[in-house]
Amino acid sequence: MDKIPILKIGHFLMVAIQVDLYDRLALNLEADLVQAVSKTGAKGVLIDISSVSIVDSFMGRILGNIAGMSKVLDADTVIVGMQPAVAITLVELGLPLRGVQTALNVEKGMELLQKKIKIIDEEEAFDDDSTLQ
Amino acid sequence: MVVFRNRLKEFAIKIGMGLVNQTKLITAASELSRNMLRYAGGGVVLIEIINGQRQNGLRLTFTDTGPGIPDIKEAMKDGYSTGKSLGLGLPGAKRLVSDFEIQSTVGKGTTITITKWKNG
Amino acid sequence: MKLDTAKVLQKRKKQILELWMKNQLVDFSLREDLMSNDELAVQSEELVNVLLQTLDNGNIEDVQSPSFEPLYEVLESISLSRAKQGYSPRETGTFVFSLKDALLTTLQLEIKNDPQQLLEESMKVSRLIDSLGIVTFETFIKGREEVILRQTDEIAEISTPVIRVWDGIVAMPIIGTLDSSRTQVVMENLLQEIVLTSSSIAILDISGVPAVDSLVAQHLIKTVSATRLMGAECIISGIRPEIAQTVVHLGIDLSGIVTKATLASALRYAFSLVQLEVRKSNVK
Repeated sequence: MDKIPILKIGHFLMVAIQVDLYDRLALNLEADLVQAVSKTGAKGVLIDISSVSIVDSFMGRILGNIAGMSKVLDADTVIVGMQPAVAITLVELGLPLRGVQTALNVEKGMELLQKKIKIIDEEEAFDDDSTLQ
Repeated sequence: MVVFRNRLKEFAIKIGMGLVNQTKLITAASELSRNMLRYAGGGVVLIEIINGQRQNGLRLTFTDTGPGIPDIKEAMKDGYSTGKSLGLGLPGAKRLVSDFEIQSTVGKGTTITITKWKNG
Repeated sequence: MKLDTAKVLQKRKKQILELWMKNQLVDFSLREDLMSNDELAVQSEELVNVLLQTLDNGNIEDVQSPSFEPLYEVLESISLSRAKQGYSPRETGTFVFSLKDALLTTLQLEIKNDPQQLLEESMKVSRLIDSLGIVTFETFIKGREEVILRQTDEIAEISTPVIRVWDGIVAMPIIGTLDSSRTQVVMENLLQEIVLTSSSIAILDISGVPAVDSLVAQHLIKTVSATRLMGAECIISGIRPEIAQTVVHLGIDLSGIVTKATLASALRYAFSLVQLEVRKSNVK
């Protein structure tokens, strides 16, 4: 059976969806990804959908689920590379993917995640300082 | 599903539909065929090329013999769902196409016809 | 005595054509700047030919008769080409109606001693030409509509330029009303340019939008949402005081959108987002 590979890069997990997802595959991805987040303790998930030409409400729900579930496991999700036609269609469909962060491409997505982690690190460092005093 | 989408894309390209409208049409068709599979256990889709006054378009007719929709008005509202979905299928699909018609008889089935013009 | 009007007219074709040309050439609506007299003669002859060919005693009283198909076709093509050449409706109408004079004059000469019959036949011819006139106008308007539609398409295409104002910042001035088809063009161009330049900020300037009602606002919100889905921020600038007033009066919720009064302040905000600073240089 087809599987979408999940790559671990530093603190992050990365998934590049290269095919148009059918339902089974999307559901598997959701399950696998959540497993992987929990196993690796990743701080961020990057999903590249630049090759995806259709995102319908089902697919949108899966993306939302992944973001929500990862959040519970303390990982931020960034969707990157959405095609203009897909973005316009999603807005018209009435699915603005609230709660999901987006970035133009993998590079910018990485930057965004790194910035988040840095902020968290600084906050933790600050917390540590305050406990010392 | 994937085969159907590709087939529809071929038709859309044949009449010279732009990328955005192609995406809108295929997404709408995807919503409707998913409904058909989920609630009626399958159905038939007819794809037609139609000639309008100014431009060509595609007309899709989804016919199933499922349980039917008791309250169409309610079903056309955003966020209404009898299943576990987001409830965007019918109203969302309607917003994505140029013309949307629905007929349904409880116990007999549902027929939905959508039309998308090349530039609309 | 039964008279065959169609035959009579066919016999007098040359005379009719001459008469008609003469009428046209003296009429004030003659437009030598748009069409030479020779061309006009060719066009007129074509129409008279096809009229007399399709005309017979059976169909002269039935303007809807399918046998007139070729006649209507010729007439439509003439009328369409005149619409595109810039003839006024009056000029095109006069072209067809002046044929009536020629036909009636000819009939008058033919049927000298039977006023009753002359009247009857004249009525028939008159009705036929009137119907031709209506077809002419219908086609003429259709021709004009085609011109308008083409121009609309052209305007839609050229009226949405995307400007790269800075590395990673694009701006799009919108001029004219935003309807749903135009919004789609705006969105498409803007999003495509965002991908192309990998810009993280887009500024939508609506100084040139005459009015913002709830529908236009909805289109703006859609554009902003789509930009955000792509992973870029969208700022709306160029909000005039009147527009701010209507937005509040209509109760339109723009709270989720960053709005600025001018393009300059939008740009300043954009700079701060990407941590850029603009300073006066110290060099004198």
